[in-house]
Amino acid sequence: MFKIIERKQLSENVVKNVIHAPDIAAKRKAGQFVILMINEKGERIPLTIVDSDAKTGTITIIYQVVGKTTSAMADLKEGDYILNVLGPLGHATEIDNFGTAVCVGGGVGVGVIYPIAKALREAGCNVVSIIGARTKDLLILEEEMRRVSHKLTVCTDDGTYGFHGFVSAVLQQMIDAGEKIDRVYAIGPVPMMRVLANLTRPHKIKTIVSLNPIMVDGTGMCGACRVSVAGKTRFTCVDGPEFDGHDVDFGLLTTRLQMYTEQERLALERCRCEKNG
Amino acid sequence: MDKEEKKEKKEKIPRQKMPEQDPKARVRNFNEVPLGFSPETAMLEAKRCIMCKKPGCVAGCPVDIDIPAFIKLIAGGDFIGAARKLKETNVLPAVCGRVCPQEDQCEKVCILGKKGDPVAIGRLERFAADYERQSGQISIPGKAPSTGKRIAVVGAGPAGLTIAGDLVKMGHDVTIFEALHKSGGVLIYGIPEFRLPKAIVDAEVDYMQKLGVKVVTNFPVGRLKTVDDLFAEGFHAVFLGVGAGAPVFMNIPGENFSGIYSANEYLTRSNLMKAYAFPEYDTPIAVGKNVCVIGGGNVAMDSVRTALRLGAENAYIVYRRTEKEMPARIEEVHHAQEEGVQFKLLTNPIEYLGNEKGWVKGMVCQQMELGEPDESGRRRPVPMKGSEFVIECDTVVVAIGTMANPVLQATTPGLSVNKWGYIVINEETGETSRKGVYAGGDIVTGSATVILAMGAGRKAASAIHNYVMGL
Repeated sequence: MFKIIERKQLSENVVKNVIHAPDIAAKRKAGQFVILMINEKGERIPLTIVDSDAKTGTITIIYQVVGKTTSAMADLKEGDYILNVLGPLGHATEIDNFGTAVCVGGGVGVGVIYPIAKALREAGCNVVSIIGARTKDLLILEEEMRRVSHKLTVCTDDGTYGFHGFVSAVLQQMIDAGEKIDRVYAIGPVPMMRVLANLTRPHKIKTIVSLNPIMVDGTGMCGACRVSVAGKTRFTCVDGPEFDGHDVDFGLLTTRLQMYTEQERLALERCRCEKNG
Repeated sequence: MDKEEKKEKKEKIPRQKMPEQDPKARVRNFNEVPLGFSPETAMLEAKRCIMCKKPGCVAGCPVDIDIPAFIKLIAGGDFIGAARKLKETNVLPAVCGRVCPQEDQCEKVCILGKKGDPVAIGRLERFAADYERQSGQISIPGKAPSTGKRIAVVGAGPAGLTIAGDLVKMGHDVTIFEALHKSGGVLIYGIPEFRLPKAIVDAEVDYMQKLGVKVVTNFPVGRLKTVDDLFAEGFHAVFLGVGAGAPVFMNIPGENFSGIYSANEYLTRSNLMKAYAFPEYDTPIAVGKNVCVIGGGNVAMDSVRTALRLGAENAYIVYRRTEKEMPARIEEVHHAQEEGVQFKLLTNPIEYLGNEKGWVKGMVCQQMELGEPDESGRRRPVPMKGSEFVIECDTVVVAIGTMANPVLQATTPGLSVNKWGYIVINEETGETSRKGVYAGGDIVTGSATVILAMGAGRKAASAIHNYVMGL
């Protein structure tokens, strides 16, 4: 059992939980994730570890409420417990002084890019960050990202805050202006990562993406999370979760993410019905 | 009465049949198929045993169960005594009575089998273990005094549970580290409820804990802590029984279409996560109309019978050789046939077809014929020219085997593995190339059986005992 120490609503549908998991907190590195199962009947879902504190023995996760499991998780209060937390899983992000690293986060993906930006900053990189959301109210972790970035650009799709437009437009401007970019980290919705990878490909700027396919065990046992990278099948849980964005088959990732759309809708409806009596 | 006479007398009692759920009813539920012996039937079957002075059956058992002794106790009506006798050498008798391939082990060498049917050793084992569990009179055997030695067992599957049970009885302080949220390994995620009820596995794990074994779940050794970390924390020896956990795919075009599963994923969703009870349980699974399961082993049979129970209209076994070469137990093939599984034999898939949504809609197959025997001694299937045809399907389960999962080996420096990634050991002791590190089960042999993994656990237990006592 893993106790929720802190719960914070970051935006209308994004929640942050700080969970007591001392072993994971001691070991975890940027880029790694956990698999959670909230109760006996729950499903196993992967979530990136956003932050950790070895002293207090806690890890932080941030998630968007999209289905039954995340909405049930959002209902948990401080002091409640999550039944199973498995981790840290996956390879840690390769961290080094790469020069200028552009960290792009979209939506709840800002939560995933944050620990990477922080680690790159500590390694001596010039961290230039671009974060975005559909609208101002959905933007998360602006202050945290500002702290770990040398420069931060905030975007909203509807122009309610910061730059009016997509994160890709800001990166495009940087490339057009001839700014020196050594690496790009792009994490967010699949269409965003695909656009960013397409943008940097002709300029041969190495672009790392973090993938979020459906997983079950998370330890390389089942193959649910298989993706195609440079024409080869890879398991995201043990070979990833980060891959070279120029090699990822985003079309396949998109269709495989939709495999259970119908069941997910059914489960969510049923859960809402139960909640509303 | 000499032995021959005795044998003839015994043969007058026929081998007792075990009642089973009717095939028509059972394909609509996940309850266990064979229903077990009644006490009367068990005693009758037990009386068939002629109590050989030099019993071949014991030598045929990977964990050396004193088979005539436990059968004699059943014949005399002492069922609890029989269960205790079994547990002297086998910590999981209710499991083994169900899933061991007895026809290839103890029952194969039973003297009665020479002229007629062998004693139903497996069914009797199951009976005694079930009787004890249902009676609630489970006794905890005495333990040797504490040795003060700490042993880490990685993986709570058949090998790990066996070695943990053995070592704790020798007085060691044993902790099992399991990556999944439940213990049992393949017994819990792989073998379906209708063949091995999960309540039985839970009871066996509970028994281990009563013996004093500590079980830590959600603990991925290799990621959360390495083998070196475990030594640094004061463990004196480590046993690796992590299984051959990585699925094998065929590497043919279209294999990543939605609706195509590894058997590991399909069975894990259904068994461990109880997707068959969706939406009561949250984990979904594709309920196909036409389900193809590729392979001819026990895992393929488990998968195809699961597909039927989930509601498939047509469930196929697609296998490139003939029924004779199938590695599955005959009993399992029969069960599948009774339940209406359709067998597409001498059939080999070469490509998947998908619809506009990226979901599998068919499988291009080749007709095969049997050629010369290959290195396994089985006749090699060769494709017939121009024989390609399409099987329409919306769900596919690839059940062609597993391979070594590299995570643990990659984080354990100095651990020797062979070219397939399996851990190299001393066959007699289970010792690896790392001092104090032992291994056994599928991570050494590749996919094998529950009982062979348990046998490996047993062997390593005495080697580890000798090692830590000499420290």
